[in-house]
Amino acid sequence: MRELSYVQALNEALRQLLEADERVFLIGQGVNSPWYVGTSTRGLSDQFGSDRVVDTPICEDSTTGVAAGAAIAGMRPIVVHPRMDFALLAMEQLVGQVANWHYMSGGKVRVPMTAWLIVNRGGEQAAQHSQSLQAHFAHVPGLTVVMPSTPYDVKGLLIASVRDDNPVVFLDDRWLYQDIGPVPEEMYTVSIGKAAVRRDGQDVTIVGTSHLAAEAERAAASLEQVGIDAEVIDLRTIKPVDAQTVVKSVKKTGRLIVADGGWAACGVSAEVAAVVAESDAINHLKAPVRRVALPPAPAPMSSTLEQAYFHGADDIVAAARDMIEN
Amino acid sequence: MIAHSPGGGDVSLSGIPPETLVELYQMMLTIRQTEERLAEALVAGEIRCPVHLYTGEEAVAAGVCAHLNQDDYVFGTHRSHGHYLAKGGDLNTMIAEIYGRTTGCARGRGGSMHVVDPDLHVYATPIVAATISNAVGAALAATRKQNGGVAVSFFGDGAVEEGRFYESLNLASLYQLPVLFVCENNLYASHVRLEARQRNADIYKHAEPFAMPGVQVDGNDVCVVYRAAQEAVERARGGGGPTLIECLTYRWRGHVGPNYDLDKGIRQPEELAAWQARCPIKRLGEALVASGIQTKENLAAIRFRVDQAVEDAWAFAKGSPLPDPAELLAFVHVDRRGD
Repeated sequence: MRELSYVQALNEALRQLLEADERVFLIGQGVNSPWYVGTSTRGLSDQFGSDRVVDTPICEDSTTGVAAGAAIAGMRPIVVHPRMDFALLAMEQLVGQVANWHYMSGGKVRVPMTAWLIVNRGGEQAAQHSQSLQAHFAHVPGLTVVMPSTPYDVKGLLIASVRDDNPVVFLDDRWLYQDIGPVPEEMYTVSIGKAAVRRDGQDVTIVGTSHLAAEAERAAASLEQVGIDAEVIDLRTIKPVDAQTVVKSVKKTGRLIVADGGWAACGVSAEVAAVVAESDAINHLKAPVRRVALPPAPAPMSSTLEQAYFHGADDIVAAARDMIEN
Repeated sequence: MIAHSPGGGDVSLSGIPPETLVELYQMMLTIRQTEERLAEALVAGEIRCPVHLYTGEEAVAAGVCAHLNQDDYVFGTHRSHGHYLAKGGDLNTMIAEIYGRTTGCARGRGGSMHVVDPDLHVYATPIVAATISNAVGAALAATRKQNGGVAVSFFGDGAVEEGRFYESLNLASLYQLPVLFVCENNLYASHVRLEARQRNADIYKHAEPFAMPGVQVDGNDVCVVYRAAQEAVERARGGGGPTLIECLTYRWRGHVGPNYDLDKGIRQPEELAAWQARCPIKRLGEALVASGIQTKENLAAIRFRVDQAVEDAWAFAKGSPLPDPAELLAFVHVDRRGD
């Protein structure tokens, strides 16, 4: 199959969505910028015009409200916040309005919008240009949250998100943008709510999200060198979480590591651990559950601190070895 | 004291067809009688959900919505019974909603602050100023659909203190979207008077920095509101962009519930009495009789019909079932096809 980078797959998905459905439009800050959104929107403005690729003034809250209003009125908007940190200004729209409208109208109102929020961290960007706030959104009934980790999934999940009749928070990660993988040329969807088993294994289940799912696969390759056979699950959808796939795996391996790019406290890693704790898989556990998640601190700036703060394959490997060898 | 006093002046009926005037009268009276009946029900303890009554402000909703078609959009507030009814919303299902019944317009999931009818495109929510940008988005959708639709955002004077108000004006003006920003300036945000919240209390002047027309009108004269809205709607439909209309009005009842808040030192009885003397329904009724368009007897007949409809709505609501607890989790999501 043809191979594309993650960001090329994202760009192709946007182009095909705009071509296929007149109701789709893209709105947000920096969609015509050479740096805000990487190259994910390259060429879209030229092809579709400023009516459908709308580079907005600096108003995250009302831009999100505009997308919500347009969705209520039958459109399929994609509102982009090129840094998730800035989407905090739009939290009331997302949490208060978008998430609740279907319920508080007794099911009569639909808000089929996609909120595309980009995780962009590292490079000494410090606390307000580094956050990975998936847990904030996953906490809210009415919001669906997806985090694709591969070129295939970023295209398929974006198309699924835009076609979904519910509001979807679509979170991608700039650290993944240059990853290469097979991507079909035609439009396709990846099912929302379905995790992917990336690697079969017997000794430990590693559940990863987004960038940490990719890191989990690297960790599994390292663990194989020391005789540990890890199963890797890419969660893909943060909410609703695919409990069935996780529980089934943990019942097989008896060990669970959850690797997530957010903080541990009340985070996605806590939720996955709770899913296992509340299931009969808990009776199969041979060791306490481990979480590889951010330390309880804001993101630092200086590179030595950054290296200590962000985690990856090495941390997953260390957790697995500690779990199994000690 | 700012320029927001219940000034005098007769109602001018000019330029408005007689049948429209009668419809405006009937709509205002429907809203009034509904709100006052709700006040009774609140005092009687029949209703638990927060209810923000529109009594006294009827001319704004009636005068603006008279220009709207089914395809036009209305986004309201916590105080939106009038907007819902004036957009054509069903009275029975609104009362049933406030009583928390399954027959309610939101199936008992929303209550008074979420009167809604997506077929009529009327939506309300109580987070102050939240729906202003939603209206801008609906207007954007209308331009994409090229159906000539407009969106009306109703909000109070308190919403003008929210940043999202200015963001929304900027976006609507920048993209020249068909929006009416209708500020119901009733002098109070909850318990705080306007001059304690805003140095420049001429709200319509906020249009100027955004290069859009802004007008201030007597919100207790439905004919004045009607004509101002007509101009703004025609401009919007013609591609002329948004308008800010500030309607000076007054809510008779307190911020929430049936009380008048006179005992709490928030406002003075003289102020309320002065605004009650300028009741928009009474003013139009007198003008209709003076002009010979309607007799007093005809107006009494309208009132009889309105009161009957209100009583019918209460019977409908009280006769409707409450939601089944087994349906607690319904409507959180649109169901996905299993795949």
